[in-house]
Amino acid sequence: MSRARPFVPAAASLLLAVFALAMMTGPVRAGDIVEVTSPGGIVAWLKREPSIPIIALSASWTGAGTASDPAGKEGRASLASRMFDEGAGELDSQAFQRRLEDLAVDLDLSAGRDELNLQLRTLTANADEAFRMAGMALSAPRFDAEPLERIRAGVLSAIAADSRDPNAIAGDLFMARVFAGDAYGRPADGTAESVAGLTAADLRAFAGERLARDNLLVGVVGDITPEALGPLLDTAFAGLPAKARIDEAVTAPVAEGPLVAVESFDSPQTVFVFGIRGIPRDDPDFNAARVMNHILGGGGFTSMLTEEIREQRGLTYGVYSYLRPLDRGGLWLGGMSTANARAGEAWQVLRDTMRRYLQDGPDEKRLAEAKANINGAFPLSLTSNRAIAGLLVTLQREKLGMDYVERRPDLINAVTMEDVRRVARRLLDPDRLLLVAVGKPEGLPAATQ
Amino acid sequence: MPRLPRLSAPALAFLRVLPVLGLLSLAGTRAEAGLFNPETFTLDNGMQVVVIPDHRAPVVVHMVWYRIGAADEQAGESGLAHFFEHLMFKGTEKIPPGEFSKIVAANGGRDNAFTSYDYTAYFQVIARDRLPLVMEMESDRMTNLRLNEKDVLTERDVVLAERRQRTDSTPQGQFGEQVRAALYLAHPYGRPVIGWQEEIERLNLADAMRFYRHYYAPNNAILIVAGDITAADLKPLAEKFYGAIPANPELRARPEPVEPPHRAARRVEASDPRVAVPSWQRLYIADSTGYGDRSRTAPLEFFSRILGGGSTGRLYRELVIERKLAVNAGAWYSGVDRGPGSLGIYATPAEGVDPAAMEAAIDKVIGDLLRDGPTAEEVERARTGLLAEAVYARDSLQTGARIFGNALAAGLTVEEVEAWPERVRAVTAETITAAGRATMRIEGSVTALLKPETRS
Repeated sequence: MSRARPFVPAAASLLLAVFALAMMTGPVRAGDIVEVTSPGGIVAWLKREPSIPIIALSASWTGAGTASDPAGKEGRASLASRMFDEGAGELDSQAFQRRLEDLAVDLDLSAGRDELNLQLRTLTANADEAFRMAGMALSAPRFDAEPLERIRAGVLSAIAADSRDPNAIAGDLFMARVFAGDAYGRPADGTAESVAGLTAADLRAFAGERLARDNLLVGVVGDITPEALGPLLDTAFAGLPAKARIDEAVTAPVAEGPLVAVESFDSPQTVFVFGIRGIPRDDPDFNAARVMNHILGGGGFTSMLTEEIREQRGLTYGVYSYLRPLDRGGLWLGGMSTANARAGEAWQVLRDTMRRYLQDGPDEKRLAEAKANINGAFPLSLTSNRAIAGLLVTLQREKLGMDYVERRPDLINAVTMEDVRRVARRLLDPDRLLLVAVGKPEGLPAATQ
Repeated sequence: MPRLPRLSAPALAFLRVLPVLGLLSLAGTRAEAGLFNPETFTLDNGMQVVVIPDHRAPVVVHMVWYRIGAADEQAGESGLAHFFEHLMFKGTEKIPPGEFSKIVAANGGRDNAFTSYDYTAYFQVIARDRLPLVMEMESDRMTNLRLNEKDVLTERDVVLAERRQRTDSTPQGQFGEQVRAALYLAHPYGRPVIGWQEEIERLNLADAMRFYRHYYAPNNAILIVAGDITAADLKPLAEKFYGAIPANPELRARPEPVEPPHRAARRVEASDPRVAVPSWQRLYIADSTGYGDRSRTAPLEFFSRILGGGSTGRLYRELVIERKLAVNAGAWYSGVDRGPGSLGIYATPAEGVDPAAMEAAIDKVIGDLLRDGPTAEEVERARTGLLAEAVYARDSLQTGARIFGNALAAGLTVEEVEAWPERVRAVTAETITAAGRATMRIEGSVTALLKPETRS
C-alpha cells in the first residue's frame, strides 16, 4: 500500500466538522423516551427497543448509599444490598435463587456512596414473574439468619483480603484522608468490627427507611409498551413506603494538601492515589472541567499524563484521572502504579505535567480532539439496553432532561480555551495535591502527614 | 465486591487487556451464543470477514483478529505475541508513533487490543460513518509498521510494568501462573500470555520484526464488524482496504503442540505474607473445541454449572450453606481453545476450617455427582441459563464480535457458533455424566493452595 494521503490533517479537520452532524442521529433521542406513570403512581422513563426479546430495568434510591450508614454501623447499606435476593416472601434463600435461575432473571442490587442501585434483566416472555420477584425482594425481604451469617462471612473474608491488597488499601486510605471526619471517608463495606455487629433489625431499618417511592428513579429499555409497563411497575415498586427518611445533605469538608502519606507495603511496585477538591455535577463549569480533565488524564491513550508518564518514559502501565462528583461534594482523582525505584520520578513528572498544563494550557488541536472524543465516546457507551436504562436514571437524577443526549454535543462544543484554563486554575494545584502511596517507594519527598 | 473508590476500575476501561484466563474469560468470551445471524465472505487474499448486523445505534465495532497468540511462540520467547500487540501502536509512514489512538479518539472513537493463547486482536468502537477511516488505519498497520530501537525498548518497559502490576504485585497473580505451568506438562498453554519476566527482558527489535513479517498478513487474519452495517455495505470497503494487501504465501500452518497423558495428580502450595485468606483451587485438563473430544464441550458447560454455578450449584450449597466449611465455592470451564481446555474448581475456607477438610468435602460432592449424575431439574435449570445467556449476549455489540473472533481463532466455523443453541438443547443427563467422568480424573489435575505466611 502506498496511499500517500497524510492522515492527520484530514482526520483533524474534515472529519471533526462532520461529527456534530453524525451525532444528530444518536441512539437516544428525546422523542424515543416516554414517561410512564403506573396506576399506583410510580414514574419510569421508557425507551422501547423491540429488536431483542429482553427488558432491562435500572432503579436507584437517592440517599440510600453507603454514606447513609450510621456511625458504628458502617457496611449496613452494602450488606443489605447483598441480602435482598437471599429470600423474600414465602421463598427462602435457595428457593428464591432457584426461581430466578429457572426464569433466567438477573436481579442485582449494589450500594454506591450516595444511592442504592437495582438492575433487573429478563426475557420479555418472563417479564411478569421477573417484576414480581423484584417486588418481593424489595417489599418482603426475609433477612433470615442462615443467609445473613453466610453473606456476612463472605464480606468479612473480602474485608480481610482487601486489608492486604495495595489497591484497596490506597483507595480506602485516600478517602479517609480527603474526607476525614465525614461519612464519605469511612470504608464503604464497613470494618470487620462494624460488619460483625450488624443485625437483621439493622437491615430492616435500612430497607424501611431508605427504600421508598419518593426517592426512587426508574429507567426501562426493552421490548415492552408503556401500557404493559405500567402495571409491572406497581408489581415491583408499589409495595414500598411512600416516603423515605433521608438525612439532610450537608456539604462534606474536603481536606487540603499538600499531603504525602506513605503506607509501607512489600511489593515491587508502588500504588499511587492522588487527588484534590473537585466540582459538583450542577456547577456551571462542570462541562469545562470534564474537557479539562479529559486532556490531562481522562482520555486514556491520548491524555497528557499517559504521554508523559507511560509513552515517553515507560514509568507505568496506566495512569488516569477523573472527576468524581458526589451528592455532598466532589473530587478530582487519579492513580497509577510504578516500580518502587522510580516512584519519586513518577511523582515529579506528574506534578510537572500539571504545572505545564496550568501554565501553557492545551493547544487548540488537543482541545478540539478532546471535545470530539468526549462527544463521540458518549453514544458508544449507549449500545446496550442495560446501559441506556442506566442513562435514563442518571438523566432523571441530574435533572438533565430527555433531550440531553441531543443537547450534550453543543454543551461540550461550547467549552472554550479560556474555560479550560480557568477551570484548570480553579481545580488543579500541584502544590496542594494529596497523595497516598502504598509500596516501598523511593525518592518521594518526606511524608507530610 | 463493589468497593469505592476501586481506583483501578476507570483505568481498566482503557488499558490494553490480556484476557484474564479462568473465570472472567467464561463471562466475556463464551463462544457459544448463536442467534446472531452473521453474514460472512472471504477476500481473494484469504482474509475471512464476518458481519454481525445490529441497527439499534449508529455505531460499529471493527476488529481484526490474527491467528497468532502466545501458544504459537517459540520456546524462550514467551510474551512476544503480547509485546508485539503493544508495538502495533508505534506508527507507520502515514501515522506517526502514538497517533493511532489519538486519531481514533479525535474522531469520537475508542480503540484497544488484546492477546491470548490463540489470537491477537485489535479493535475500534466508532460512529458508523467513521468506519472507512479506521479500516484504512488498521489495514495500513497490518504491513507498514515502522519500529525503531528506542520505541521497542520503551515499550518493553511498559510491558514489564504491566507484568509487575498484573502478576508480580499480587500473590494470586504470581501463584496463578505457577498453577498453570503445573497443569500443562508440555503444551505452551502452560506459559503466561504476558511472558516470563526473564524472557520478556530479552525480547528485541529483531524478534519483533521477524514475527511481524511472518504472521501479520491478510491470510492469517479475520475481520469482524458488528453494528450498524450489512455485508453488502462492508464488502467494497473490505476489498478496498484489506483486499489490496497481498497474502503471505509462506505462511506456515499453525503448530499443533500436543499434551502427553497425565499420569500423576499434582499439588502446588505457596504461602505469602500478603495473603490474608487462604484460597484453594483445582484445575483439570479438559477436552475443548479444538483438542480431544469436541462433543464433550457442551455437556461440560452443563457439568460446571451444575457443580459450581452461582449459589444454587452443588458446591456452594453443600460447602457454604449446609456445612459452612467455605465462604465461597464454585466451578468454571474454559473450552473454546485450539489446545487442551481446563475445568476449574475454587473455594475459600471458612475461618478456622482446615483446607484439607474442605477439600475432602469437595471431593465428596464431585464423587456424588459423577456417581449419580445430575437431576432432571438441574439439567433443565442449566439449559435455561445457557439458552438465556445466548439471547442476553445480543445486548452487547462487542460480545458478539468477541464470541466469533475467539471461536474462529480457535478453529470453529461460523455455522458451529450459530448452532450453539441446538447443541445446548441436545445435551442430556447421560452426556453430562459421561463428560464429567472423562474429565474429573485426579491424575489430570493440579490441586493448589495459597496460604497466609505462617510465622513460627
